[in-house]
Parts: sequence; structure tokens; C-alpha cells
Amino acid sequence: MTSWEHYVRPGSLDEALTILAEGDGSARVIAGGTDLLLDIQQGRHPPVTTLVDITGIPEMLAIAAAGDEIYLGSAVTHTTIVHDPLLNENTLCLIEACGLIGGPQVRNVATIGGNVAHALPAGDGTIALLALQAQAQIASAHGRRWMDLEELFVGPGQASFDRSREILVGFRFKKRGPDEQTGFRRIMRPQGVAIAILNMAIWFRGSNETGIEDIRMAIGPAGPRPLRARRTEAILRGRKLSDDVIAQATEALLGEARLRTSPHRATVEYRRHLTGVLLRRTLAAATGQDTPTPVAVGG
Amino acid sequence: MTKMGLWVNEHWVEVEPGPGEMLSDVLRYRLGLTGTKIACDEAECGTCTVLMDGEPILSCSIPAMKASGRRVVTIEGLAKNGNLHPLQQAFVNFGAVQCGFCIPGQIMTAAALIEGNPDPAESEIRDALKDTLCRCAGYPSIVRAVQAAARSLRTGEPVAQSELPEASTLVTVGRIVPRPDAVEKVNGSARFADDLTFPGMLYGRTLRAGVPHAILTALDVARAKALPGVRAVLTAEDIPGEHRHGLVIRDWPVLVGIGDKVRYVGDAVALVAADERRIAEAALALIETSYEPMETVTDPVRAREDGAPLVHETGNLLKHIQVRKGDVGRGFEQAEVILEDEYFTPTTEHAYMEPECSIARPVSGGRLEIYVGSQIPYSDRSQVAACLKMPVEKVRIIGTLIGGGFGGKEDIAGQIHAALLAKATDRPVKILYDRHESLLFHPKRHATRIRVRLGAMRDGRLVASATELYGDTGAYASLGEKVMTRATTHSSGPYVVPNVKADCYAMYTNNPPSGAFRGFGVTQSAFAVESTMDQLAERLGINPIELRSKNALRPGTVTNTGQILKESVGLMECIERVEAEVRRRAGADPFASRRVEGAPHLRRAWGFAVCYKNTGLGGGAPDKAAAEVELRQDGTAEVRTSSAEIGQGMVTVLQMIAAEELAMPLEAVQVLLSDTDLTPDGGPTTASRQTYVTGNAVRHASNVVRQAMAATLAEKYDVPPDSIRFVEGLAQVNGDRLPFGEVVSLMKAEGREPRATYEYWAPTTQALGTGGDMHFAYSFAAQAAEIEVDLDTGEVSVRCVIAANDVGRVINPLGLQGQIEGGVMMGLGNALTEEFIVEDGRVFSDRLARYRMPSIVHTPEIVSLVVEHPTSEGPYGAKGVGEISSIPTTPAITNALYNACGVRARRLPVDQDWLARELAQMQAKA
Repeated sequence: MTSWEHYVRPGSLDEALTILAEGDGSARVIAGGTDLLLDIQQGRHPPVTTLVDITGIPEMLAIAAAGDEIYLGSAVTHTTIVHDPLLNENTLCLIEACGLIGGPQVRNVATIGGNVAHALPAGDGTIALLALQAQAQIASAHGRRWMDLEELFVGPGQASFDRSREILVGFRFKKRGPDEQTGFRRIMRPQGVAIAILNMAIWFRGSNETGIEDIRMAIGPAGPRPLRARRTEAILRGRKLSDDVIAQATEALLGEARLRTSPHRATVEYRRHLTGVLLRRTLAAATGQDTPTPVAVGG
Repeated sequence: MTKMGLWVNEHWVEVEPGPGEMLSDVLRYRLGLTGTKIACDEAECGTCTVLMDGEPILSCSIPAMKASGRRVVTIEGLAKNGNLHPLQQAFVNFGAVQCGFCIPGQIMTAAALIEGNPDPAESEIRDALKDTLCRCAGYPSIVRAVQAAARSLRTGEPVAQSELPEASTLVTVGRIVPRPDAVEKVNGSARFADDLTFPGMLYGRTLRAGVPHAILTALDVARAKALPGVRAVLTAEDIPGEHRHGLVIRDWPVLVGIGDKVRYVGDAVALVAADERRIAEAALALIETSYEPMETVTDPVRAREDGAPLVHETGNLLKHIQVRKGDVGRGFEQAEVILEDEYFTPTTEHAYMEPECSIARPVSGGRLEIYVGSQIPYSDRSQVAACLKMPVEKVRIIGTLIGGGFGGKEDIAGQIHAALLAKATDRPVKILYDRHESLLFHPKRHATRIRVRLGAMRDGRLVASATELYGDTGAYASLGEKVMTRATTHSSGPYVVPNVKADCYAMYTNNPPSGAFRGFGVTQSAFAVESTMDQLAERLGINPIELRSKNALRPGTVTNTGQILKESVGLMECIERVEAEVRRRAGADPFASRRVEGAPHLRRAWGFAVCYKNTGLGGGAPDKAAAEVELRQDGTAEVRTSSAEIGQGMVTVLQMIAAEELAMPLEAVQVLLSDTDLTPDGGPTTASRQTYVTGNAVRHASNVVRQAMAATLAEKYDVPPDSIRFVEGLAQVNGDRLPFGEVVSLMKAEGREPRATYEYWAPTTQALGTGGDMHFAYSFAAQAAEIEVDLDTGEVSVRCVIAANDVGRVINPLGLQGQIEGGVMMGLGNALTEEFIVEDGRVFSDRLARYRMPSIVHTPEIVSLVVEHPTSEGPYGAKGVGEISSIPTTPAITNALYNACGVRARRLPVDQDWLARELAQMQAKA
């Protein structure tokens, strides 16, 4: 079985869209390829006729500030994100998430857009972007549109845009404002399958004095799609952190997260147990009360 | 196809990659840069790492076209003007190179790190190498090497040498020396089997049944045969000779024929040879099969029950193994405390970084050459010859470098299949397994269920031990009987126990076969008995170290098989030295659970375990090895034997022994291994036996040569032979100094061969049950492990392992360090991460991502304490070390876990999910 027949490297988005259109469903966008190629080789994705490599398209490689927003091209690699000063200043949760994925060899090619477009319920970068309330730009032959990132996910591995004809171009999200912080944590298990068993990102505005003025949190895998935990956010909003408040938030999170047993990965009981642990740890990270992300031993 | 150009090692090259072609394919197969190795082919292990525009990437998963116009550097491009890069030199100096297969990936990844970070901290090195796996697990040496290289680059000074202490009483033995094959393994020129190609070579693939238990009812290969580019499709009918192979019992079908039975998913059904690998693969898909499925049996306990499905017509019991000593009934009556428990260990996988590869090549005279990395070349030869109905002399096994073995390259893999295809096509045929096929097919470590019952007096003296073991040997015997015998005989630990009864049932099932794997059954039973000993210590209120000391085997004591130990029993010294080191670090009560400041969810504690492990085959099997030593006119010597170098350092050991005995400089001794035409039979590379048995053969053969030199010179100079001195490659006689080359000329002139072959027979052993010496030597070990457990998540990490090993005598300190560090890491994996998962006979762990083994981030501080209680007959007193270092690690870790948090692990690996739930339950009760 041959994974692909033709490999093309367009230099512009229009060129890429034209090739996709000509492929009429038989072409597929590839960025780092770290997920897609394994899926094809291991039979989870059918072989494709044409791979359209978008990693040479300038606007998809950009990281830029515009007003109070940051634009992040979807073909930016995890390594680039981890080392980028603008992102380090503004989006610690994204830095932490992207720094935990794979080893340097994978981070050097794997892209943030690939992580999102793969549409898995617990992509580390995806979870971080959800907490940042990012929007995603999709380009098709008919034009471009922005959508809330949440709208992009339909089910496990399923996206709301047509990945054989459309391209995920980039993301935009707000810069960090006063009293705003973010954090990302995940828990791995060194037995069984090499996938995180639970991850979480939190964006937070507030202080010790004012408590939580506003909060956004995302968790995975907690259902068929990456979950923005709005009910839990509502419990926490306007409160000061205490054991009691965290217990209430955990209760809410267990209510809205659809946790399940994944064979050789985690039992539902363990995931339920970890939910509170992870909430406490990620809150501590986001509120600056935790040490920096440790190396993921299970990774 | 599109033409593309790229810079490779500063040369501009243009290629036309085909569909699906990866960068590694371009490098290895189009450009011949075979220094870049493929180990998993799924972006999981880091072996294939090269630099692209200065950044490390995984070449196995980068479409070739992505490299268009980029600057790629491979391991071959790192050395400049013939000088090794400091990293390469440091890997040589620090013994970070063992089997060598992962080394190009380690070095390239590290090269990118120190390019951007000239003074990396250990944590940064771990971060950079976290996904670059080494199964020899020389991680501590790799860290030392990277630091030394960075230092050299910063300061401009030469790369430092290892700071290991030398044992200096002999001239060469005991010194720190680099491996003879180290340079080729760091510069990318080392050739493993898949690095070889021959003109006209075809590519073979194997159709595997994919069902665990069934009758093959139909097999149609017509469509596969008709595919253009296919040169042969073979089935069972095409086998001219024996239809079965096997190391002990020939019960393993070469190919399952129509009407015959499939016994596990990896059974081979048909073979294809084609012009290209992808054509062979396409042909496999065209072969039509049908099976009549049968009920499976996948649990060894179920396999022994009445009415269980039969794997073999003769029944499911491969062997009932029994150990009897004293009167176990009376022993338990006498016992004041009895403790009983049951343990489960999973199937585990060798996961050597190099997947199996065989190349068979027809040569003149109707002969076949087979290039393969095998642990038992002579056994390959006889099994290939039998199946092809050829005289053994017509088959030549030529050993290539071996990218790790650990026992997993003792059985036949593709040797017979490649030979059949080569014979059928009269062309060279290469059969390379990808990781998926390797995982499916080859024999593993036995899963076991072990019930231990220990009886003791209140003062801690053991009086009785009863053990019941079930071992899952899978579909075929392989070395199952031997492995489970070792599990059984070692099942009451390295203790004096007057009354012993052990029963083991080695059972056939429809799981992949199990066979030899470092530790050879003792890994499993040591976990069971050492866990029980800690429980006994707690019950008796005795310190676990004291309990073990009280019962430890010493010279003059009797093992549970009735062997009186006469010498070389260093267990007490191992215990005492580990105890002293633990107390130095942790104070009077190392086994108490300790809190960690600032982290209320963490607990730490130490755990302790001991073990012993036989050296050599034992049990009455003749254990012999032959070696040839030849002095050459140029003053060099060559040592020849068929022993296998699987990364453990055999070449260095034999080189050092010959240099010592012949009084030659080390560099003047070359070692040729594993060629059945050129090297005499060194026996299997198994049972930690090679240093002792083949080492002795080389020692004696060298002595014969030395005596022949002395005799020639004595006659010529008319002096007594013992007045002649040999020093540093020179013979000193009557004030003259003759280089050995001249002595060789003298010998030849008088018709005396400067060459000797010696067949060494190790001391005779007795079969189990007959009393007497079951083994000619045992190694002993004690280990303490400090672990940290996260009470919230169940995560366990190992902080430190202190390992004392009685190895008799240190011959090769650098190699020994590699064996100890690697052994500890394998034991750590066995405790905490590794499980080869099979569900109802179907393999779940069919990718490396589904078989988790320790990486550099799991690596603790490893402190090695070497204990030398020499054997009288081993070379300079040496005995085995390859396995002993790995065995006590697992129970030391699980005992530490209990000490830290009160949860006793009875099932391996310690599952974080399970542990967290246990801890939560305990907390709820408290």
C-alpha cells in the first residue's frame, strides 16, 4: 500500500485551494504529517492521491500582533510556538501544551493547525486554544470565514470544514490583559497507550483580592469533542478560591464532562478521580501558585 | 514522480522520490547512507533522527519531498576531515555505545541540542532525548557523554575519558577500553543486516495467519503469482525438508499447510519474493485464504483444565517441572509464621531496536549464505539445512551486527523463509520485518501466575517454601521448558530453605510464543518471592535486610535443588554494601515513608531485594564453546568463535582475554564472530554464559598458541621454554626481542601452525531432581530502589537504584557498567511500564506506541557497587552478568512502593490507574 501518489508544495493559499479543487476530494492537506501519515500507514485513514503540503505558505507561518489580538498561522510548528516571545508573553497555556507534545523531533514538524484539524477530543494545543477562546479561519475556493474554534469540532476526528477542499489557515485570540493568566496541565500514564489520559487549560482574570473575575476552561477527553466547561466556569466566576469552591467546581465538571473508559488507557473511575486533581493543579498553575510544568514522565 | 534536489551532508543531490517515499528511504536506499537506521517506522523511537536545516526530525516519517531544497545532515556527515565529532568521541569514551542501533539517532538529537545550548543541564539533555529510545538503556552513559562533548566543544580541550575505576592487577583485563566496533557505530558505517544489498536481490514478505486458532482450509496464491514483479510465492508444499523448526522441540511450522492448524496469529502461511518490497506487500494482499476458526485457549491456568481446547494434539502441558527438598509438610508444621500470596506477571517484549532481518544468497557449489543477526548461528545452520534438506556444510550463516537481542534472537525468524525463497528464485532474498511483524511474531517473556507460600520461625529463619507456577509458553515450545525450569529452581530465592516444594506448569496457549528473555524466568519468580519476603519481614517485625541476611546463601550452604555451594557466593557482601550505601544516604530507617517538603501529595521510600541467577546452561546439558586463535605474520592476532555480540560487549571481553594471554597490545587483537564457515561453535549466546564459557575457550586457545611460540623459540635458541618472556607483542629470549610477526615466520618455517582451536567444556552439571550441581556458577545481587509516589495520581517514579552485583571478576569495566545500567532500566520497565497486551489471542501491542518502555526521563541515578567473589574456573574468576543486574530491580521498586504508600503490587506492571484507585480507597477508609 502506498500512502500517497503525488506530493505537491504550493507557495500560496490560492494555489493550494486550486489543487484541492482539482483533486475533487482525493487530495488532502498535509502540514507536519505526524498524525496524518501514521493514520494512513496504520489504516485509520485511506491512502490519498495527492498530498498538498501547506508548510511553505507565508501567511500560514506567521505569528503577529494586531491591536489587542494575536494571529497564529496554522502551519506554525510546536517548536516555533514554544520559543516565540509574543506567545510566551501572552499565552502560557499554549506554550505549556505545545512544549509537552512529543520530543523535539516531533515538535519540529508537528503544527498547531494539524493538532486542531485532527479534531481529537484531547489535542493538547487544541485544549489550550479553546481556553484562549480562539477563532479559526477557514479558506475555501469561495472565500474565507472566521469561526469560533469550538464550532470546528463535530466528533472524534471529525471537523466541520471539508478537509479535502478547505484549509485551516490560522487562529486569532486576545492578548493577555491586566490580571489575566493561563495554565495547562495534563496527566499521562506510562502503561498502555502513549496518549494523555486527561488534559486541561485555564484562562483566568482576577487576583487574590478580587477572586476569579472571569474564567474559561477546556478539558479533554471529556466527550466526542474537546469540551469548554462552561458550567464549571459559571460556578467559579466571581468566587474566591477555597477548598469548598474547588469541590463545587469539581462536582460541576464531573457533571458536564462525559468521561468514559478507554481500553488500555484509563478507566472512567480513574478519570473521575483525576478530574478534581487536575482542576486543582491547573487552577494553581493559572493562578501562579504552582511550579512550572514538570517534564511529562509519561510522555 | 517529481525531481527534487537537497543538500545531504553538504553535497547537492538530485533524486526522484516515488509515491509514498520518505526521507529515510532516500537516504538509505537511494543514497546508500545506511547510518540512519529504522527501528519503529512510526515516529515513536527517534532512531531515524537526522538534522534538517539544523533541527532534529524523524526521517522515517518525513515525506522525501519535504526535504526539497533543505540542508540534511546524517550521522555520516558529522565527522569532519576524518575526525570524529566530539559527541561521537564521547559516546565511544563513555561506553554509551552498546548494540549501536539507536546511536545515530541519539547523537544527531544531541548534536542539535548542544549546537543551540553549549552547556546543557542534565534536565535539558533528558528533555531533548525524551523520545529517542535506547533498549540497551545506556541512558546514564549517554548523559555523561553529551556533557563531556559539550564541555570539549566549549573549552576546545579533548573529550574526557570515563572516570570509572580500573581493576589493575592484570595487564589488559580490567582496563577501561573502547569497544572495537564503537567507532563504526558512531560514525554510521556499521552494517546491520538491512544495511546490506546484493545485485539482483529480491524482497521477501511473509503472510501471517492473523487468527489465533484455526484450520487453514484453503489457500490460493494464483493471483499473487500473477502480479508483475513477483518472482516466487511459496507455501508449505514447497518445503523440501523438515516442515517444522524449534530450538528444543521441533513443533513450530515453517509454513502452515492446507488442512493444518494455525496456533497463533503470527503463524506463517505463505511467502512472497518480488523485485520490490512494496510489490511483495501488494502480493500478500492477493493471496486468498480461508480458515475454520477453533475455540482458543489463552490463559495457562485454563489450558491445564479438563476440556480446554488443545493447542497441540499431545496436550497443552509442555512440562511439569518439580523441585523437591526435605519434607515440606513437616516444614510448614514446624513454621511459626506462614505467609502466602499470589502474583501475576505479564508477557513482555524484548523490543530490541533492530527488527529481524535475514538475507539468503545462493553461491557457487550449491551453497547458501545467510546474513542474519542471530544469537545462535550454528542452530540457525542446522535448522535451515534440515528444512531445505541440504547438508549442513552447504549452509553458511554469516553474522551481521546485532541491534539488540536480550534473548529474542535465539529462535528462527526469517532465516528459513529467506533460504526457501532464495533457493526457489536462485537470487538473493532479503526478509526484513517491520516493527509490526516483529511484535506479532517473535517469542516474548512468559506471562506467569505464581503462588508463593513461605514458612518461618519467629526469629526469621525460613523453614519451608512451597511455590506453584503457571507459565504461558504460547503456541510453540521455543525455550519454554528451560525458562520455566529456571523460574522454578530460583523460586524460593537465594536462601537456605530446608524444605522446598515447587511445581511449575509450562502451558501451551494460543498466544504468541514465549521463550528466552534476559532473566530467563527468574525475573518473574524473583518478583514473587522477594515481594513475599518483605511481607514476611513486616509480619515478623524484622528489618527486611536482616531477614534476607539471616537466610542468605553462603559458601557451604545447600540450594533448593540440593547443590552445595562451594565458592563464589558473594550475596552477603552485596547485601552489606547496598545496606551501607542506603544507610549513608537515608539514615537508620530507609524503609519508612517520607514526606516531601512543599509537596504534600508525594511520598518517598526505599525498597530492597536480592536474587541469584545461574551462569551457563546447567541441568546436565553439555555446555561447551570452541574458539580459534591465530597469530599472523603482521604481528596481529585473530580470535574466532561463533558467539554473538548483541551489544553486551562480547567482542571486547574476548579481545581483552586474548591480549592478556598472548601478552599483546589490545589493538593488535581482532575478533571475528558468528560465521559458521570461519568461526568454530561458541554455543548459544544465552544464560549469561559467553564470558565464562567462550572466554575460557579463548583463554585456553591463546595459551596453546603462546606455548607453541615458546616451543619454537626454545628450540631455536636452545633455552628452556619457561625462560622466554612475552611482553607487549614481543618475545624476549636470550636478550633478543622478537616481534610476534617474526616468531610466526619461524613457526611457519618449521611447519608449526601459529594457530590453535580449543573446545572448552564447562564443569559438568546435573539434571534437576538428581541432586548435585545443577549449575557450575551463580551470580548474586542486591538492590535498593528509592521511589516517589504521587498519592493523587498514582504516578510512580524511581529516584535512585543502588545495585551490587557479584560478577566473580571484572574483565571489561565499561561493558559491565552498560550491562548494569541497562539491566536496571529493563527491570524498571518490567516494574512500571511494560506489558505486551494480547486479547483473546489477538495482539493489541502491535505498534511501539502500544508497548511502553522506559526512556531517558524515567532513568534514576544508578549506583553500581561491584562485588568480586571469583569462581575457580571462570576466566580470571569471572561469571555471568548479563541477566543478574536486571532481576532484583522490579521487586526492589514494588517493595519501595509498599513502603511509601502501603499498597502491595501483586500484578505487573504497577498500573497508575489501579494504584490511584487503591490509594483513594485507602484514604476513604482512613
